[in-house]
Amino acid sequence: MLLIEELKVEVGGKPILKNINMEVPRGETHILFGPNGSGKTTLMMTLMGFSGYHITHGKITFKGEDITHMPIHERAQLGIGISLQRPPTINGLKTRNIVEICGAMQGGADVEKLARELNFSEFLDRDVNHNFSGGEIKRSELLQLMAQQPDLVLLDEPESGVDLENMALVGETINLLLGRGIQCPAPSDGPFVNRASDTAKSALVITHTGHILDYITADKGRVLYEGVLCFTRNAREILKWIRQRGYEGCARCTI
Amino acid sequence: MYDIDTDIKDIDPAGFETDAADHDYLTELTRMEPADASRLLDVGVDTQENARAGSFIQKDRSVIHCKSHRDGLEIMGISQAAARYEWLRDYIWKSVNPDTDKFTAQVKEIPHEGYFIRTLPGVKIAQPVQSCLYIAKEGFSQNVHNIVVAEEDSEIHIITGCATAPHLTKGLHVGVSEFYVKKGARLTFTMIHEWGEKVSVRPRTVTHVEAGGILVSNYISLKPVGNLQMFPTTYLDGENAVARFNSVLVAAKGSHLDVGSRVILNAPNTRAEIISRGITSGGTIIARGDLVGNYPGIKAHLECKGLILNEGLMHAVPELRATVPGVEMSHEAAVGKIDRREIEYLMARGLDEDEAVSTIVRGFLNVDIEGLPPSLKAKLDTAVSETQKDMM
Repeated sequence: MLLIEELKVEVGGKPILKNINMEVPRGETHILFGPNGSGKTTLMMTLMGFSGYHITHGKITFKGEDITHMPIHERAQLGIGISLQRPPTINGLKTRNIVEICGAMQGGADVEKLARELNFSEFLDRDVNHNFSGGEIKRSELLQLMAQQPDLVLLDEPESGVDLENMALVGETINLLLGRGIQCPAPSDGPFVNRASDTAKSALVITHTGHILDYITADKGRVLYEGVLCFTRNAREILKWIRQRGYEGCARCTI
Repeated sequence: MYDIDTDIKDIDPAGFETDAADHDYLTELTRMEPADASRLLDVGVDTQENARAGSFIQKDRSVIHCKSHRDGLEIMGISQAAARYEWLRDYIWKSVNPDTDKFTAQVKEIPHEGYFIRTLPGVKIAQPVQSCLYIAKEGFSQNVHNIVVAEEDSEIHIITGCATAPHLTKGLHVGVSEFYVKKGARLTFTMIHEWGEKVSVRPRTVTHVEAGGILVSNYISLKPVGNLQMFPTTYLDGENAVARFNSVLVAAKGSHLDVGSRVILNAPNTRAEIISRGITSGGTIIARGDLVGNYPGIKAHLECKGLILNEGLMHAVPELRATVPGVEMSHEAAVGKIDRREIEYLMARGLDEDEAVSTIVRGFLNVDIEGLPPSLKAKLDTAVSETQKDMM
């Protein structure tokens, strides 16, 4: 689904990602750990194609297509969706409208229904991200992704700022979005079809605290430290190690 | 009473014709010539008069239609009103001094009608009254004088559209307006301008608001206009009086808009808010706002935001003046371009760059304008979309 080869990225002339190689196969959820400033967000923004992230070397392939220099909207249309850590406010544009824009890629979405499911109906008539709290921003981003239904979901710290009351809801929504943990009955008039795996999406999830792992299941975890991927293992195992030894110790023990 | 900044292209009223043929009175608006009717529709006039409490339509110097559908609502030409009501002498030229400038002088010297609209005490009219001042004659200077009196505890919404005939290449509109909002009354005044690209416009407006009175004034100019200069002044003279101004301005290449509002807060607990949004795409916008606090405890806020698309001049001039301690006055002005992050955010949701920009521009101009009938709101939304398309 997603293949990153020898990726080097500079921001403002400063090298941030220093040789990233990784693959996220179809249907797998990968977790990206790393301390502040290690380059996690830079990797996400580069994958989506935002300006200011200058690729100096390497290649990104998605669904077999070279997307290294593809414009943002074409990546979105090809099936990449992102939940930003700090999305901008857009004055005068209602949340309802941006969800409709997302849904348009799938030929329309039932905005009201999705918003009810995310306990977000009362925000539909507010300007996009205007005076939203950290947790409200996350729910707004997830609502947009639910309408968009991308095949590769990039989540940048989906749990940060979410209050306890909504944390389970956010976790469930992510599972729903990723096509994970859903009971899918076999059609009665046909042979058994494993729908869950058919509809399962690929995901790359940044977490700083690891709390999201209480809610979603991950196939793999990686640690990004000073612009280098230094570690690939079971996500829970990594989390445990980080808690015991800190990122630095974690990075050192692989060298 | 009214002072004018002369920092604008000079227009000489003497260079325009002041005489025009009379146009026939129409008993029904639906009998209007189709070309004229479509221009009126563009500025919010409903020729079917559905959901309108009354109408006043003037073409060049002739009142061609005027009708009130409600008891307690008076609509007529200013000359008829002056003949009927001797007391009108206490209103005409009492707020605006004819010697203010050459334009007000011209209205005094060569008047071409204008409207008189009055609600009687306690009369609350839910549906808007529509008025239109229309220039059809090439090179004409239309000099109108308007009076609105909202008597005590009455409520009225006036939607006034101003336009010119298609293909008009030269014209001048001078409008002296004196509005009186009496105790506890509410006047909502929405003005939609669609002047031609070569037309000069000089409205001169002063409003007095008494205790507990509310003035809501909306101004919308999205289509190219030659040059426009106005700076309506409002006096909040009575306790708890409120004034709110919203303007939405678009200046394409060749348009020069010098538009502002001044509110003078003279009484206890008076409040004022001025909100302006301007977009220039090759034209000039001077967005002024002036708040004057003359009584302790008054509250006033001014918000002026401008965007430059491609090129143009955007000049925000927010001013606050206080003459006593204890006032609460603030302003917020910002001029800029569209934030790249906003464009890319929408691109990440599947819009291409042009679609993203147009979506942001529509949002920017989307000021909540109070009391607009749904049909007019829909029309404005369409106009905003079209405006922005013209600019791309």
